[in-house]
Amino acid sequence: MRAPRPKVAIAAIAVAALAVAGCAESNRDDKSGGSKKDTLVFGVAGDPKVLDPSFASDGESLRVARQVFETLVRPEEGGTKVTPGLAESWTPDAAGTTWTFKLRSGVKFHDGTDFNAEAVCVNFNRWYNAKGLMQSPDVTAYWQDVMGGFAKNENADLPPSLFKSCAAKDATTVDLSFTRVSSKIPAALMLPSFSIHSPKALQEFDASNVAGTAEDIKYPAYATEHPTGTGPFKFKTWDVANKTLTLERNEDYSGAKAKLKTLIFKTISDENARKQALRSGDIQGYDLVGPADVEPLKSEGFNMLTRPAFNVLYLAMNQKGNPKLADIRVRQAIAYALNRQQLVTSKLPPGAKVADNFMPDTVEGWNGDVTKYTYDPAKAKALLAEAGASNLTLKFHYPTEVTRPYMPNPKDIFELLSADLKAVGITVEAIPLKWSPDYLNATTSGSKHDIHFLGWTGDYGDAYNFIGTFFDRPKDEWGFNNKALFDQFKDADSTADIAARTEKYKALNKSVMEFLPGVPISHSPPAIVFGKDVTGVKASPLTDERYATAEFK
Amino acid sequence: MFRFIVRRLLQLIPTLFGLSLLLFIWLRRLPGGPETAILGERGTPEMRAAIRRNMGLDEPILVQYGRFVRRMIKLDLGTSTSTKRAVTTEFIERFPGTVELTITAMIIAIGVGIPLGYLAARRRGRFLDHASVGGSLIGICIPVFFLGYVLKAIFSENLHWFPSSGRQDPTLGATRVTNFFVLDGLMTREWDAAADALWHLVLPSIALASIPLAIIVRITRASVLEVLNEDFVRTAEAKGLTQQTVRRRHVLRNAMLPVATSIGLLAGGLLSGAVLTETVFAFSGIGAFVAEAIGQRDYPVLMGFILIIAVVYVLVNLLVDLSYSFIDPRVRVR
Repeated sequence: MRAPRPKVAIAAIAVAALAVAGCAESNRDDKSGGSKKDTLVFGVAGDPKVLDPSFASDGESLRVARQVFETLVRPEEGGTKVTPGLAESWTPDAAGTTWTFKLRSGVKFHDGTDFNAEAVCVNFNRWYNAKGLMQSPDVTAYWQDVMGGFAKNENADLPPSLFKSCAAKDATTVDLSFTRVSSKIPAALMLPSFSIHSPKALQEFDASNVAGTAEDIKYPAYATEHPTGTGPFKFKTWDVANKTLTLERNEDYSGAKAKLKTLIFKTISDENARKQALRSGDIQGYDLVGPADVEPLKSEGFNMLTRPAFNVLYLAMNQKGNPKLADIRVRQAIAYALNRQQLVTSKLPPGAKVADNFMPDTVEGWNGDVTKYTYDPAKAKALLAEAGASNLTLKFHYPTEVTRPYMPNPKDIFELLSADLKAVGITVEAIPLKWSPDYLNATTSGSKHDIHFLGWTGDYGDAYNFIGTFFDRPKDEWGFNNKALFDQFKDADSTADIAARTEKYKALNKSVMEFLPGVPISHSPPAIVFGKDVTGVKASPLTDERYATAEFK
Repeated sequence: MFRFIVRRLLQLIPTLFGLSLLLFIWLRRLPGGPETAILGERGTPEMRAAIRRNMGLDEPILVQYGRFVRRMIKLDLGTSTSTKRAVTTEFIERFPGTVELTITAMIIAIGVGIPLGYLAARRRGRFLDHASVGGSLIGICIPVFFLGYVLKAIFSENLHWFPSSGRQDPTLGATRVTNFFVLDGLMTREWDAAADALWHLVLPSIALASIPLAIIVRITRASVLEVLNEDFVRTAEAKGLTQQTVRRRHVLRNAMLPVATSIGLLAGGLLSGAVLTETVFAFSGIGAFVAEAIGQRDYPVLMGFILIIAVVYVLVNLLVDLSYSFIDPRVRVR
C-alpha cells in the first residue's frame, strides 16, 4: 500500500473546495460593507444573557436594551435625575399611590405599531400576571426587586406586589396604581427591565412563554431573536459564533435619529484583550477599563470618559460572626484604624473619593453632616483597650479573581486594610475566596464571617437602592437586628412627599453612620473609552450611555 | 476493520456513563452553586434558596443524576444557567470555532514540525539541529497566553498586520451556514469573508501551535535518528536504492508511527490550550466558554461540553489508530 502523496492531498482539498463553493446562498446585505465611519464596534466584557430586559439583570443585556427600548421615565443624560422618556410628565395623586403618566404621541414600535397607553398596560400586566417560571427570582429579578411579588404569588416567600393596576385613560394618559407609597416610584421605572415592548411582537413571539422545567428554563424566541421596542436602534442579528450583536439605526425613530448606521457590540471578556483590540483598531471603544490603563490610553489620545461615581466600596462587620463586633467601640476603632485616604490615593482610579455615607453624593438624601471617622490609629487603640478587645483576632474574607467597578484590585485593597488593622494591634486571619460563588456565599449568608469588603453599584438614583438594600432588615452579611433603624427605613420609604422623604434619608444616613454597621470606604468612578475619532457619548453614572449620539469626527 | 470500529464505539458507552457520574458528583461537591453566580452581590439567602429549589438542586444527588440520564438518553443536554440557551445550541455555535482553530494549529504544527524534526535529525549536531532543538525548548516553555499577548502586541497593536480578536470582522455581515467561517465563506462565495476568517486564524493558531509544534519536532527528530540506525536502512542503502527512496519509503514512514500517536494525543491536548488561546484572542470557541462555565457553576454546560469533548477525543484517537494501517501495513486492525 502506498502512502498518500502530498499532491494527491492538495488535489483532494482543491476538489472539495470547488465542490462546496457556492453551494449555499449568501444572504449578505450589500449595504453592510459600506463606510466604516458609520459603524461603531464596541468591546464589552460579556455576552448579553437575554434580549428581553424583563428577564435581564446583567449589565450587558441592559446595555443592549437601553439602545433598543425606552422606558416611561429615564435618567438625565450623564446624571441620575428622573427625566421624561416615553412619558412627557407624571404626577402622583394626593395619597401618593396612583401616578398619572402623560405619554408622548407619534411614537412607533420597530414593527410599525403605535405606542400608546394600552401598550403600557399590556406590558405592566404582563409582568404583574407572571406565572410559573416567570416568578423565578433569576427570571424576573428586577421586577421582584422593585415590586416584590405578582398578582398571584406561587411561592409563599414572595412578598405582596407593590404594583396594583394599570388603567389606560386615553391614548396618551395612563394611570399606574400601587398598593402603598414607595420611594422607588418613579425612579425605579427608569430601569431597562421596565422597558415598553410592542404588544404585537409580545404576542406574535409568545414572549411570556417561559417554558421548560424548573431546572431547565427555556426562554421564548422573543427573548433571543425578536426584541421590539421604540428605541433609536433596532435589533439586527446576534452572531453568537462570532460573539457579536448588531443593531441598526431605527430610521423611523420619533426623536433625534442615531448618527451611526450600525452599532456592534463585540464580546471580549479579557480586559487586556479589549485594550489590545482598541489599539489595533478592531474596536472603537470598550467598557470596564482597568484603572491602570486610564492614564496610558488617555495620553495616547483615546477618548477616555469617566463616569460620575455611582457605587460604594465598604468594609462590612458581622456582629453575629464575632460577638466583639457587637460592641460599638470595636466597630468605631476599626473605622478609625483605616487609612482610607491612602487607599483611595494609591489603589483606586483617578477621581475616586473617600466615602462618608454608604451612598454617593450624587443621590438625593446624601448627608455631609454625619459622624466622620478620619484616620486616627491612636484613638483606635484607645477604643479597643476600652472595649477590652486589645488582642482582637478577626477573620478577614477577601475575594480573588475579580474586578468590580468599586474594587479594581481586591488583593491590594485587602493588603492595605489589613496592614492598617494590624497597626492598631488587631490580628488578621486572611481568608481569600474565589469571587463567585464562594466569596459571595461566604460573606452574605451564614454567620462564619467576621469582616469582609464588598460594594454596590446603584441601579437608579434613589437612596433606598443603596442604604435600604443594605440595612432595612436583618441580613446575614451584617448580623445585627436594630429595630429602630429598620422602622426608620420603613417610614422614609412610605413618605410620599419627595422633599420630606429626602430629609428622612439624610437623617437615616446620620443614624447609619452613628450605628456604624460597617465602614464606607470609597466611591470610584469607572471609566469607559472610545477611539480617538469617536465623540458624542456622555458617560453616565448609571451606565446609561447613549450610543445614538456617538459619531466619528 | 468494521468490527474494530463498532467495538471501539461501543466502548464509549461505559466510558461516558462513568465519566458523567464522576463529573456530576464532582461538580455538585464544588462549594457554591449557580444561584450565587446568577444573582451576584444582589442575592439574598432567600432568593438563592428559591433558585436552588427551582433548579432542583436541593434534591438528593441520585435523583438529580437520574433526571440528567433520562434527558441524556433523549440527547437533551439542557439549558445553560448562565446564557439561558440550549447547551446543544451553544455547542453547535461555538464548537466550529475551536475546530477551525485546532485544525489550523495542527496543520502548522505538523506542516512545520515534521520537516523540521526530520531535517534536524539529518543534520544532527549542526546549526539547524541545535536551533530547532533549542527553539522547541522555548516553544514548550513559553506559556500560550503570554505568547498570545506578545504576538498581538507586535503584529496587531504595532504593525496592524493581523486582527487581535474575534473570528471575523463583524462589519462584513457574513452569512452563517455551518459556523465554520472559512467554509461558510467558500460555500456562499463570500470570498472576502473566508479570507478574513483565515486572517483572524493566523495569530491564535500560531500561539496554539507552539507547544505541539515543539513536541512534534522533538519526537520526529528522535524517531528519525532511531530509524536511521536500523539494519534495514543500511540494507536498503547497501542494495543501491537512491537516498530519496530510502528516506521516504523506509526512514520517514517508519519514523512516523510514534509521531502519529503523539499527534492523536496532542490533538486532545489542544483543547486545553484552546481555553487560554480563545480567551486571549476573544475567539468564540468552546474552550473559553467552558472556562467561564466553571466560574458560573454552569452545570449543564460543563456536563454537556465535557461529555461531547470526551466523545470527540475518543473519535480522534480512533482515527489515529486507523491511520496506523495506512502508515504501516504491518499494523492491521482486525
